[in-house]
Amino acid sequence: MHELGLVSGILDVAVKTAREAGASRVVSVSLRIGDMAEVNEESMDFAWDILREDDPLTAEATMQVEYVRPKSVCAECGNEFEHDRFHLRCPACGSRETRLVAGREMDIVSMEIETPDEEDG
Amino acid sequence: MAEKTVEIGSSILSRNERLAAELRERFVRTGTYVINVLSSPGSGKSSTILATNELLRDRYGLRCAVIEGDIASDVDAVKMKEAGMPAIQINTGGLCHLEGNMISQAIDALDAGVGLENIDVIFIENVGNLVCPVDFDLGENLAVMILSVPEGDDKPIKYPGIFQYAGALLLNKIDVAPAFDFDMEGYNRTLDDLNPTAPRFSISATRGTGMDEWASWLAAQMGK
Repeated sequence: MHELGLVSGILDVAVKTAREAGASRVVSVSLRIGDMAEVNEESMDFAWDILREDDPLTAEATMQVEYVRPKSVCAECGNEFEHDRFHLRCPACGSRETRLVAGREMDIVSMEIETPDEEDG
Repeated sequence: MAEKTVEIGSSILSRNERLAAELRERFVRTGTYVINVLSSPGSGKSSTILATNELLRDRYGLRCAVIEGDIASDVDAVKMKEAGMPAIQINTGGLCHLEGNMISQAIDALDAGVGLENIDVIFIENVGNLVCPVDFDLGENLAVMILSVPEGDDKPIKYPGIFQYAGALLLNKIDVAPAFDFDMEGYNRTLDDLNPTAPRFSISATRGTGMDEWASWLAAQMGK
């Protein structure tokens, strides 16, 4: 149950970024999370709903998460393959020497912000 | 009002990742080998550290220290000090894992107290938890996962993340295996697919079974 900490960190970045950009509010935050990260979707949503209200800038912001399927590369035959959380051996040559290249990421990709219209003169 | 997109492109855990990278550089400079010890509560992290320390000290002349992570109490740190190891206790006060900033402070305390140049190996005994510690790099050289026989052979299926993350897998309390219905073949079959590269050791930390093989592999990782 470390999702509260994760969401709190995401919102800190969102608020800081919004302030620097002179935003009037944050509309949404886009995340990319690997299937092999120990992150629970429902806990993230729960934490988001509670913590976003801590700052008026994020009070109505939504969180969009793209989940990334794990991918590994075989060191012996060079095969790049997608897999689930359990099967990391190379499906082409059976090698054990594979390296995870995607599936553990937890990234803040971008955010949508609303800015006041710029007035002429 | 106008909407616009701001690209961010940073990790949610960028602060922890930065701290872990700093710790890793520091450990390289001081020649310290750091082991992140992971398991559920009660599978034998402390007794494995104590038994491993004895072998590393007596056979390979390695000086070990411990950073203890627990929700509360200093029970483990006291135990480690009694065994002659410098020990720093971290109380997380409910947090389910250790983070880089806690390790930085503990390392500073070890450095001030004993001097990192006088320590060859640091065991970080993480909070007993099979989920959250996986996402927090502590700058370690090796993550060791300890499963104990009474917990059951199905744990890698239930908690794949931590078994996949580990660089070495210990199966502890092997001496009581006859009393439990532990399917060794099934356990190994799961790990063959889940983490085919990490070496596996069957041990009994309190009776010494399998400890020679484990300690000698570990010492070899340190070039001993």
